[in-house]
Amino acid sequence: MMINIEVNHKQIQARHGETILSALRRNGIDVPTLCHLEELTPTGACRICAVEIEGRQELVTSCSQPVEEWMKIQTHSPRVLEARKTLIELILANHPGDCLYCQKNGNCELQRLAWSLNIRERRFHQNTLPSRIDQSSPALVFEPAKCILCGRCVRICGEVIGVTALEFIYRGQHTAVATTGNKALNLSCCITCGQCIQVCPTAALREKDQTTEIQQVLHNKAVFPVIHYSPALPVSIAETLGFKPGRDMQKHLHAILRNMGFRKVFDTSFAIDFLVNEQIELFLKRLKAKSGLPLISSCCPAWVKHAEQSLPDLLPLLAPLRSPQQIMGRLVKKYLSDQFRLQPHQVISCSLTPCTAKKFEAQREEMMENGTADVDYVITTRELIRLINLNGIDVRRQEEDVPDPPFASGSAAARLYSSTGGVAEAFARALYYKLEGKEMSSPKINKLRSSKETKVFSFTAGGREFGVAAIQSFNSLLPLLEEIKSGKKHIQFIEVMACPGGCVNGGGQALNDDREAWSQRMKTIYELDERDPVRVSAKNPGLLAYYKSTQTEPGSREAASLCQAVFRERKVL
Amino acid sequence: MNGHDHDILTKVLTAGLRTPVPPALTEEEQWHLEGLQLKRVDRPLIFVGTGSCGQIAGAGETLHAVNAYLQLPGIDAAVEETGCKGYCSMEPMLDIQLPGKARLSFGHVTAGDVPEILDAVLNRTVPENLLLGQYPQDGLENWARVPLVKDLRFFRLQQRHLMERCGMINPRKIEQTLATGGYSAFLKTIFTYRPAQVCDIIDAAGLLGRGGSAFPAGQKWKSAFNTAGNDKYLVCNADDADPGGAISRVLLESDPHLVIEGLAIAAYACGASRAFITISERCGQAINRMQEALLQAAGFGLWGNNIFGSGFDLLISLKITPGAFICGEETALISSLEGKRGMPRFRPPYPTQKGFLGNPTVVNNIETLANVPGIMKHGPAWFKSTGTATSPGTKLVSLYGRTMNTGLVEVPMGITYRDIIYSIGEGIRDQKQLKAIHLGGPMGAFTGISGLDTPLELDSSRDMAEGIGSGSMLVLDEDQCLVDVTRHFMDFLRDESCGKCIPCREGIRQMSLILGSITGKPGKEGAHETLERFKGAMQIEGLGAVIRSTSLCGLGRNAPNTVLSAMKLFREEIEEHIFDRHCKAGICIHLRTFIIDTEKCTGCSACAKKCPAAAIIGSPTQAHFIIASKCTGCGICFETCKFGAISML
Repeated sequence: MMINIEVNHKQIQARHGETILSALRRNGIDVPTLCHLEELTPTGACRICAVEIEGRQELVTSCSQPVEEWMKIQTHSPRVLEARKTLIELILANHPGDCLYCQKNGNCELQRLAWSLNIRERRFHQNTLPSRIDQSSPALVFEPAKCILCGRCVRICGEVIGVTALEFIYRGQHTAVATTGNKALNLSCCITCGQCIQVCPTAALREKDQTTEIQQVLHNKAVFPVIHYSPALPVSIAETLGFKPGRDMQKHLHAILRNMGFRKVFDTSFAIDFLVNEQIELFLKRLKAKSGLPLISSCCPAWVKHAEQSLPDLLPLLAPLRSPQQIMGRLVKKYLSDQFRLQPHQVISCSLTPCTAKKFEAQREEMMENGTADVDYVITTRELIRLINLNGIDVRRQEEDVPDPPFASGSAAARLYSSTGGVAEAFARALYYKLEGKEMSSPKINKLRSSKETKVFSFTAGGREFGVAAIQSFNSLLPLLEEIKSGKKHIQFIEVMACPGGCVNGGGQALNDDREAWSQRMKTIYELDERDPVRVSAKNPGLLAYYKSTQTEPGSREAASLCQAVFRERKVL
Repeated sequence: MNGHDHDILTKVLTAGLRTPVPPALTEEEQWHLEGLQLKRVDRPLIFVGTGSCGQIAGAGETLHAVNAYLQLPGIDAAVEETGCKGYCSMEPMLDIQLPGKARLSFGHVTAGDVPEILDAVLNRTVPENLLLGQYPQDGLENWARVPLVKDLRFFRLQQRHLMERCGMINPRKIEQTLATGGYSAFLKTIFTYRPAQVCDIIDAAGLLGRGGSAFPAGQKWKSAFNTAGNDKYLVCNADDADPGGAISRVLLESDPHLVIEGLAIAAYACGASRAFITISERCGQAINRMQEALLQAAGFGLWGNNIFGSGFDLLISLKITPGAFICGEETALISSLEGKRGMPRFRPPYPTQKGFLGNPTVVNNIETLANVPGIMKHGPAWFKSTGTATSPGTKLVSLYGRTMNTGLVEVPMGITYRDIIYSIGEGIRDQKQLKAIHLGGPMGAFTGISGLDTPLELDSSRDMAEGIGSGSMLVLDEDQCLVDVTRHFMDFLRDESCGKCIPCREGIRQMSLILGSITGKPGKEGAHETLERFKGAMQIEGLGAVIRSTSLCGLGRNAPNTVLSAMKLFREEIEEHIFDRHCKAGICIHLRTFIIDTEKCTGCSACAKKCPAAAIIGSPTQAHFIIASKCTGCGICFETCKFGAISML
């Protein structure tokens, strides 16, 4: 039902029950916000979106107030602007204000608000309370001094991810965002997914930046730096580099990385296909033994950390396999040290990924061999952009290039791994191929590409009925398992990923106001899938060649030893 | 309570409620009831007020002395602990009732005074010393030449409806409450009226919320009653968050059953079958008394399932809270009851629609609920006969500060502030002049001498800055510094804000920084700091307006009241602090300057030895000097000097 309200002396149409903010935005009236995010419960904490309603003494926050027919609203009256300006000035009085040195310089919502509200002097005396920077996490840095307490991180961690690693503590001027017991991040139940970084308007939460170290490595003659990139990367950098969001930049990426100084550039899709094949072997074993089902995916390190911490009872169901990044790391070191007569520690294996949790995963104890890490550095999309700028690479003038053999190819299924439902889709395709000896008649599985909370797909292969599922958030997992247990649902494989939307919306992705960017990335991945002739992992030509040259096959001891992982209960606060 | 008491009281309570009408009391039972009502005592009964204010003043020792006295041979008397009469400046208080005689009341009774008073009274003479007066009662003989307590200046203008039983009965014995009419209104209500009718009666009485916002209680209940939902909740906010506020504490300690009764009626009216009473963990005695009272009331069947066979179920839980100031805000209180952080939520939806766990919830202040039994018992017309047309009834006021009498007083609405201060409070101590009063706690505002004839009223349309708010009245005399008081309140709010919204968290912090710079030490100031101080002072009013118009909840919206009212009333004094760097009252220690009169100084060095800042120099037997830049203004030298050589500028 539509109602009329008056805004800035003009009539606009609003939907009954919607907030003033949503009505304003639909009608092209921009009111700034700070704590508001579309997918989170409004809290009305920042008060920046306040508007004046005739007849009301106080200003009203448009993000929380539902529209009513009688309302006469002023969105940019002098009183409203003065209030907004004062609020930002108050924040700035308690903010370090070291913008030129800040990781978020140029990308900061507070900075942009200060600019757009025309703040030109410090009206209030700057007086910041002392706080310390938390560097304890291998993936995240938390600097409370820069926190403006908008609560977005608290809400995304609790409401969307379902982890609740962050909460408000203390009162009054000492109010802060902190982990349980105000302890360091590495002791908390943080799963390092990095979604809090994605929503943080300032640099209070940011990834642990490793660009300086990478730059050193690239110019160190004594080592052999190589890089392998996640399939989400080629579709994730376009908008930051000035192209259309979601454009496939794979061929440019190879050139960029090579020009930066990486000696070899590999495609992690290879390892994904490797992993899918192993997963199928493992699944068939469990199916035969009639135990350990449903099999739960373990390719997302943030999910694995969450399971280890909060759902240790489920660990036996998790596939005891490493993530593609770690499989790739081991493959690369093994291959290069054999081929180029290098010591494993001379090969510096870098992983390029849209994920912060992989920074954590790379330094797990079991991800080492003889004291050498399988993956030495993990660079997120944001760090890649920084490296591109640092090295003065003009992306528009890059020749198209290809990755290095032997890890140069991936199937379309491997690429699907970067979006939600893709893991399950790749699994279904591979299982069908394994049991039937041919591909599905329509490999595009729309049921796993919807935006539903829990996606389910059933199919018949080898004369048996199979069901695979993909869930959007941890909160849906236990109810789903309950349904499987009670026999309501027939499902043998569940895909779990921490980030909503999957890796295309990973915690290490480029910061972007446009929350739609990741659906563009997803779209490109689906388009690429349509065009790719190799749509099942087992048909990856590079992988088949690898099996042949090493005289191994999926499920063999050698192959299994490359991707074996052990997950143990992890005690955290 | 023994079985005999139980039977009699059940008869009293249910009289007229059910058919067949229960048999009337026998003569023996009537005689026994009078004993429970404390009308008739068989042997001397000594009352000691052991509320926590009495305890602080030494009531524990007084009680100990009374017990020791009762051990003496030949003494046949009993002792009864009561709550608090609200006369804090007279604590510890001791009452004595002899068989057939009116009850006598004494104030300031220390342990040493006990034998003397008891000796005299038990021998039927009245000692003049420490005597306050007597309470006349039908059928009891008055003492000759002893004034009536209600004629004392502290009590004369008070009208005690809520505090009728406070300090008179033993709150730990439900039979005394029941015998004096407790719970009769509740039972009458659930057997006579439907919930909607109760809402109408309260609405007709015009009962306004006493917690500060003055919202009509009947409308609030109706809103919850009319909202669909099976689980509805009632929350009694029984937490005095204001520094200096004593309303909840006195009611809980002295008459907990009045609160339970009001709560039960309210729950019935708004359709709630679950109720919470929230008490701050700091109020140990209030918690104990309420716990005991709840157990005793449950034992009598006054709450629980199917109360007295009426079909009305009510479960009451006592919630002990950490006592955060912000939890006086209803949405924050609900959030903390849910086990979450006590942070206010935006409204709408209002708690009466979506409150505790998403269910319709009414949050009422303890004083609001304490008014309910009286209205149900005597009717709305009786309630409206007290007070003014727009705000009927009485109001509890915590009177503290520089008046002669301090404590909790119950006054009819419409009484002027002047009457409260000069009649009930008996004026200002030490013949000083009144400077201002501060009403309504940290979120309240100053009222100057010109506002003394304002009638005390609650008005929801009026700004909180102008009224009594939650009921604290701080009286300030000429020796007080307004800037210092303002800064104190701002610092309190700075630490008690929930920290959620920017204007409240950062704005109040900035406000207290500005006030801090105004009262800060001038000696250490460079040109930059001076500029910042001036800049800050210029921002106060604009900042106050923004905090007021953009804050999420009432705490933030009312936080600038004190500062803004001080700016209006005492601008000169504030400007003196800013421009002259001088505090006339000598309260802001950083602005104090001490000098040594070299004529009078004997060079004894006593001041130099005691100075914590080593700011005093001089050779022995020679005149000493104070180094102004080192001096912190603490005034220890001033207090130390025996020769009056040090003076404050």
